[in-house]
Amino acid sequence: MFETVIGLEVHVQLNTKTKLFCSCPTSFAHRQNANTCPTCLALPGALPVVNRQAAIKAMRFGYAINARVNHHSIFDRKSYFYPDSPSAYQITQMHKAIVQGGELFIDLEDGSTKRIGMHQAHLEADAGKNTHDGDISKVDLNRAGTPLLEIVSAPDMRSSDEAVAYLKKLHSIVRYLDISNANMQEGSFRCDVNVSIRPKGQEAFGTRVEIKNINSFKFVAAAIAYEVERQTEAYEDGVYESEVVQETRLFDVNKGVTKSMRGKEEAADYRYFPDPDLRELIVSDEMIEEAKQMPELPDAKVERYIQELGVKRYDALVICSTKELAYFFEEMLTSNASPKNCVTWLTTELLGRLNKASLSIEQSPLSGAKLGELVSKIENNEINGKGAKDILDRLMEEDSSIDALIESMGLRQVNDDGAILAIIDDIIAQNQDKAQEYREGKEKLFGFFVGQVMKISGGSANPAKVNELLKKKLG
Amino acid sequence: MITLKEALTKSQDELNRLKTQMENKAKEGGLNAYIGFESSGEGVPILIKDNIQVKGWSLTCGSKILQGYIAPYEATAITHLKSHGMAPFGRANMDEFAMGSTTESSYYGKTLNPHNKEHVPGGSSGGSAAAVAGGIAIAALGSDTGGSIRQPAAYCGCVGMKPTYGRVSRYGLGAYSSSLDQIGPITQNVEDAAILYDAIAGHDPKDSTSADMETVSVAQNLNPDRKLTIAVIDNYISEADSQTQRVFAQTVEKLRNAGHTIIHKNRLNTQYDIATYYIIATAEATTNLARYDGIRYGNRASCNNVSELFYNTRSEGFGDEVKRRILLGNFVLSSGFYDAYYLKAQKVRHLIRDEFNAIFKEADLILSPVAPSSAPKIGSISDPLEMYKSDMYTLSINLAGLPALSLPVGKDSANGLPIGLQLIAKAFDEQTLFDGALSLERAVNYQK
Ligand SMILES: [Zn+2]
Repeated sequence: MFETVIGLEVHVQLNTKTKLFCSCPTSFAHRQNANTCPTCLALPGALPVVNRQAAIKAMRFGYAINARVNHHSIFDRKSYFYPDSPSAYQITQMHKAIVQGGELFIDLEDGSTKRIGMHQAHLEADAGKNTHDGDISKVDLNRAGTPLLEIVSAPDMRSSDEAVAYLKKLHSIVRYLDISNANMQEGSFRCDVNVSIRPKGQEAFGTRVEIKNINSFKFVAAAIAYEVERQTEAYEDGVYESEVVQETRLFDVNKGVTKSMRGKEEAADYRYFPDPDLRELIVSDEMIEEAKQMPELPDAKVERYIQELGVKRYDALVICSTKELAYFFEEMLTSNASPKNCVTWLTTELLGRLNKASLSIEQSPLSGAKLGELVSKIENNEINGKGAKDILDRLMEEDSSIDALIESMGLRQVNDDGAILAIIDDIIAQNQDKAQEYREGKEKLFGFFVGQVMKISGGSANPAKVNELLKKKLG
Repeated sequence: MITLKEALTKSQDELNRLKTQMENKAKEGGLNAYIGFESSGEGVPILIKDNIQVKGWSLTCGSKILQGYIAPYEATAITHLKSHGMAPFGRANMDEFAMGSTTESSYYGKTLNPHNKEHVPGGSSGGSAAAVAGGIAIAALGSDTGGSIRQPAAYCGCVGMKPTYGRVSRYGLGAYSSSLDQIGPITQNVEDAAILYDAIAGHDPKDSTSADMETVSVAQNLNPDRKLTIAVIDNYISEADSQTQRVFAQTVEKLRNAGHTIIHKNRLNTQYDIATYYIIATAEATTNLARYDGIRYGNRASCNNVSELFYNTRSEGFGDEVKRRILLGNFVLSSGFYDAYYLKAQKVRHLIRDEFNAIFKEADLILSPVAPSSAPKIGSISDPLEMYKSDMYTLSINLAGLPALSLPVGKDSANGLPIGLQLIAKAFDEQTLFDGALSLERAVNYQK
């Protein structure tokens, strides 16, 4: 009966070396206010100069989402008093952003994709941090002036699943583009959600409620679910007008509810106007060229994996969901192992072990090249699958060469017919009765003989060969 | 007082003796032009307005709110001074945050006009102009947002020059109105102004509004013999008092006699200049002064919580005129009024620029009054709108970003105070400005 309408605003901290308007480092500092200068302290007379790299990263994002990159954009002052805002205005792009429009395709659970329109992405300076310690409040301006790209979607999402899929896709893209570390816990990927409901079929939007600063995908889903329920109930109880007002709410992680910030925030008038300290941001040809240098993006990668490597769509989506996984996979392929086996060994064997050890792919004890080498050794009949799994277990614990492990664990596969036949003859000789039963039709016993051969060979006999020769001998 | 040109030939010992003499004379003279006698480095001592950062010096913009702030960095203009054989010496008084035309609104009290202590020296660079005209500074730096160099120079009888917007770095100049502010020289004569201008001009990558162009020495190429076409804006003159009109007419005659061609033009009514200026300047000032919140530096009022901290600090720290302009700026930027005021003002600003460009298609320079009268008596202007009107001849030049130079050309026969006129040139044509000014200076032969 109701339709949910969701738009997202994501603040992505750009991973430039220096701040947006001064040359202070953006790197972590152990001392408060160590990474500051006259400009980001807003001393009298200090002036901003735009960081070219930040502009290029914003442009690269624009090109990646098929947006219009404005060759002339404008910085505006947004005025408000807060202790962590040194100049008492934030420099942002209100009237003409560097990136306008664009689109992003999200992958849904049922295997379909959906287009989400983009409104704009603009550059702005981050604030510092206030901390409160009993009666004392402290201001740390190390973060003040760090470049942010605020990415604003169109209100095109209709469920929390879509919202989360959008966030995951956006997260993946900014990481592929290497424009942000996009770490939600550290606050370099911060998300505000706009939620409204409307009766199905109604064209006009309902009243938009903004939920600020949610720091995990899980909480985004929970906050939307709560808010939709709250708004729906208000509608059904006939109190929509009074209960659902255009406001900012905060998500209480512990109680799983959103709470109004009303009272705290008076109707703010930010008095935007173009910053007279900065001329128009004019994009040069060199900047365009640099911005357009970008890696293969996930959508294109998925298609290539399917078309050229014969990877299944589901697997391709999993592997391309993060650049770390995709790059790991592509490193595996350099060993000339088949894509199909690489997919299995990556998604089943390695990821399974990493999950168990609570490690991410970046923390994998072995490289993609090494895992690829292992897979190719199976394909070359140097080891068998069982042996490879044992080796992988060891590689999770220690950094050894695969060849050394093969030798020390005695796993080098025996492919020589004579050696295998000698074992087979021994075993048949010791188990005359069972051999007789097999020949009389008890075919199940074939497994017993395979097991014995593998055991005697210490697992190193080529299983295909064992099968073939056993069949001949027992025949 | 020796000129800047002469001083540049003196030894450091001689300059040090001069500094002591200037300090003593300033303290005895009672003009209240200096608010400090800090000294930084070797070279010809140049007096510095209290809104230009000198590393290690106090900087207060004439305000209570900045008491206790010591600049940890140097303005680019000061760095340039030091590399040209000059050194900052002494802090000049000014209207609080450069908002005023009389130097009456300083936290340190009024500065007096050296010709008659019952009169104002003009403002906001009143301390700089009074000290140069009063023989207690060789030369000074001021800042000009709507006439703040040219008008006090005219009231005090010395030379004041506002460079083209973008010529002199604003890095380190406590901002009043970012799109209008320029640092410039206040000197005893035109040649000194050219020397000081040369020292401070040049592109600065730290100032995004700085013009990225080569600067050629103006002083070394001064040529008073060029015959120029000088425009006179007829509808301007009628708004000046009779003394100013008389001096203006005499000056036009002297220019003609010196071989220059005079042409006649008209411009928009100056009331549009005033309205446009006070919308743009206050909008920018409101945000530029928002940083003075008592959190990081300067004077912090007693308080119990953060909103009191902001409220009390700013209520106690700013004077009336500053508060008035902050309120005005907030009003014109507030939602619902932005288009009607700020946006419209920007359009008029373009019109003003176009008008000047049209005049400069035919003329090399424009001659105009600096103020509608000679320096008024202290306390005689109590209505802020009256004061705003006294800037009517200077504001449009800042709105158009043009270079202009004010020099003394005569005296008010009623009170004996100097009357200055200004020459205006097209953007980045400082050479013609100084050439014309030197020619005019010689033609007038002004005597103190
Ligand atoms: Zn900084």
